[in-house]
Formats: sequence, C-alpha cells, structure tokens
Amino acid sequence: MDTTHEEDRGTPVGRRVVLGLLGLGAAGVAAGPFLQRLESGLAERDPSGLTGLLPGNNGFRYYSVVTSVPERDATNYTLTVDGLVERPATHRLADLQAMPQRRLVKDVQCVTGWRVPDTPFEGVPLAHLLDTAGVQPGAKAVRFSCFDGAYTESLTLDQARRDDVLVALSLQDKPITHDHGGPVRLYVAPMYFYKSAKWLSGITVTDEVQPGYWEGNGYDVDAWVGRSNGRVDAPTS
Amino acid sequence: MRRRAELVLRFTRAERWVHRATAHVMGVCLATAGCLYLAPLAELVGNRPLVVTLHVWCGLALPVPLLLGLGSRAVRTDAARLSRFTPADWQWLRAVRTRACQTRPMAAHRPAGKFNAGQKLYAQWTLGSMLVILGTGLLMWLTHLAPPSWRTGATFVHDWLAAAIAVVVAGHVRMAWRDRESRLGMRTGLVERSWAEREHSYWQPVRDDPADAAPTGDLTG
Repeated sequence: MDTTHEEDRGTPVGRRVVLGLLGLGAAGVAAGPFLQRLESGLAERDPSGLTGLLPGNNGFRYYSVVTSVPERDATNYTLTVDGLVERPATHRLADLQAMPQRRLVKDVQCVTGWRVPDTPFEGVPLAHLLDTAGVQPGAKAVRFSCFDGAYTESLTLDQARRDDVLVALSLQDKPITHDHGGPVRLYVAPMYFYKSAKWLSGITVTDEVQPGYWEGNGYDVDAWVGRSNGRVDAPTS
Repeated sequence: MRRRAELVLRFTRAERWVHRATAHVMGVCLATAGCLYLAPLAELVGNRPLVVTLHVWCGLALPVPLLLGLGSRAVRTDAARLSRFTPADWQWLRAVRTRACQTRPMAAHRPAGKFNAGQKLYAQWTLGSMLVILGTGLLMWLTHLAPPSWRTGATFVHDWLAAAIAVVVAGHVRMAWRDRESRLGMRTGLVERSWAEREHSYWQPVRDDPADAAPTGDLTG
C-alpha cells in the first residue's frame, strides 16, 4: 500500500478498541439479566424517579400499532358483548361502573422485558360479563376487539373465566387514561401484557380461539408469564 | 471564498459517499429508536410495526456503505491510517489531557497526521459499537437464534449502547459544527492548505489536481 511515511506502522490501537468493544458487548449480554435486575431493584428503591431516565428503565411504555387512536370517554364509550351468547348487550361506561368490581395488585410483565411491580388494576371480572350475557353451549373461546381499529386478542373460555382476568376501569387507582388504553382495557394478570388489550370495545364469544394481533406476528397464544414466548420471568399471578 | 490553488484533496468521492450514506442510515436508526423508546415520541408517532421494520432494516444496512467503500483504495488507505496510533497520536492525547487539567491559554502542541488521535478513536468506536449494536439487534430480532436469557442481555446492552451512541454522535456533530473547514472537507473533499498544515501538520496530502475531486461549483463553499 502506498500509505505515506510514519503512518504505516504504529500501535494497532484500532484492533484493540474494536475487539475490546466486542468483548464488552459479549460480557454485557452474558451479565445483562443480572444487571437488568440490579437496575430494576435500584429503580424500585429510588424515590427521586431519576433512575426512570436510565436506558432499560422501569415503567410502562407506550405501544400502539396504528398511527392515531380516537379518544373515547363516558359520553361515547361502548363495550359490546356478542357472538355465542344468549343475551348480546352493549354497555356504556356507567353500566360497567355499576357492576361488581374487583381490585388486583400484581406485577405487570411485558414480553419485551420490562416489568412494573405491584400495579393496582380494578374493574369488572370478565366472568361476570360472560355470565350476564349467558354463554351458549359449544362456545370455546373469547375474542376481543379494540377501538383503535386494528388490535385483537383472544382467550380460551377457561382462561377468560379466571378470577384474575378483568375488564379494567382503573389503573393505579385512577381512571385509565387514553395513553394506557382507557377508558376501558382488558387486564389478564397471569399473562404477558400484550394479552391485556388496550382500548377494549368488543367481546365476542366464539367456537374456537382466533389468534390476536401479536400472535399473528409470532407471539404465543397462551401467553403465561414465565411459561411462554421462550422467557423465564417470575409468574405474575 | 476559497482559492482553488490553495486547496488540497482530503476525501475522495468514495470516502465522502461512505460517510454520508453511513450518517443517513445511522440517523434513521437513531430517529426510529427514539420513536420506539421515548414515550412522548412513541405516543406521537404510534405505528409501531412500521417503525420497527424501518429500524431493523436500517440497522442491517449500517455496515453496508463501509463494506462497499472498501472497494476504493482511498477508503482502504484511510481505514489503515485510522486503525494505528503513531507516536504523534500519543503526544496529541497527552496534550489534550494536559490542557484539560490546567487551563493555561497556551495550548500544548497537538501533532497529527491526516487524522488526529481523537478522530482515530472516534472511528474505532464507531466500528466497534456498530458491530455490537448490530449483533445484539440480531439477537433481539431473530428470537429463535439464542436462549431467552441472551435476549434479555442483548436488550440490556442494546439499550445502553444506543444511548451512548446518541451521545457520542451528538459530540461528533458538535465538533463538526465548530470547524467550518473540516465540514467543507467532508462535503467537497477539499480543504485549505493552511488549515491542513495547522491542524494536521504530519499529513502530506497527495498532490492530485483538486478539480478531480469536486465540481467547481462547490469550491466557494
């Protein structure tokens, strides 16, 4: 090569820096699960909330699969229950608020890794809505639709009847805001959070499980925390 | 107005293309990362699957300009220059450290070849961090490639490294912002001889006809 004069030779610092970074990266991947727990533990005990600014921070993250989601409130929100039921119904927000409520305080675990500890959700047990509608014999599953116009989710009837599955009206003891999927979202405590569909607008009882939005993109249909999607998180419920 | 007779060739067309293409792809990676990661931006943009697709493909494209550029002798020569430290580079680092410690107005002499030690370190960081961010990104994307604990680790490294890259790129842009001649060198390929002698005293520019390197319209900067 016709590189000039003294620059031909010299210490191969470039190779050292690049190999060093590769080594650090590999060590980081190996130690990552431990470091991530350490960081989450630190964030839990940090009253200033400054750790929330760190990369890989704790806390909810906003995921939406569409460009914009219409806002709904008590005046125009409705939840329809239909499909294989005796009494199809359309509930307004006030109707849901008048039904029996249950409050659950559990961790929220996202399939992408973040976890929010001890998060209170309150709302109508899904089983109550199904009983009110009267599920027909032969029904096997429940499909959920959302007023963002794109997201869908599903549960088997047995999963839907669990007492830790809610049609949630409040999060952290406040009405659910639009960004968190309000005014009404699904809350499936024992499963990864993508099952807890935001902006819930429809519950349809079906004769078979119809995989939802993310399941169509490769995620597990039975999304038990710690027992699916190739992850080993501690169960949430 | 720059006088053509006083200009020397710093970067060939291939080198400038590699720089510009890498910068654009990296820019899209950082912008889409912001839209996936920062809550206010994520709320504004939504459309997660589209943003993810854009991010993944631009990430995969990161090393492509450099790999294509290696077909050019000038790129290979500069890559070799960037990879090695000469005695002048150690002296440059010492001078920077001395100046950081004592705020004397008399700046210590900072010798440099075509690239100074800081530029070399930046280039080496860019290559190393690019490989790591690409590797961890692949682990996150191709979920069946490795056990799940690797994916947690890869996510952790990817998040932190991305933040570091954003900071370092901001520093890179700031340095360029403060040195117009250096910026012109990357845009037109040509720099003033007096600037080269001052900033890169050990560099002996190839005595090419500068007219090869850039259309004359660019010369006024």
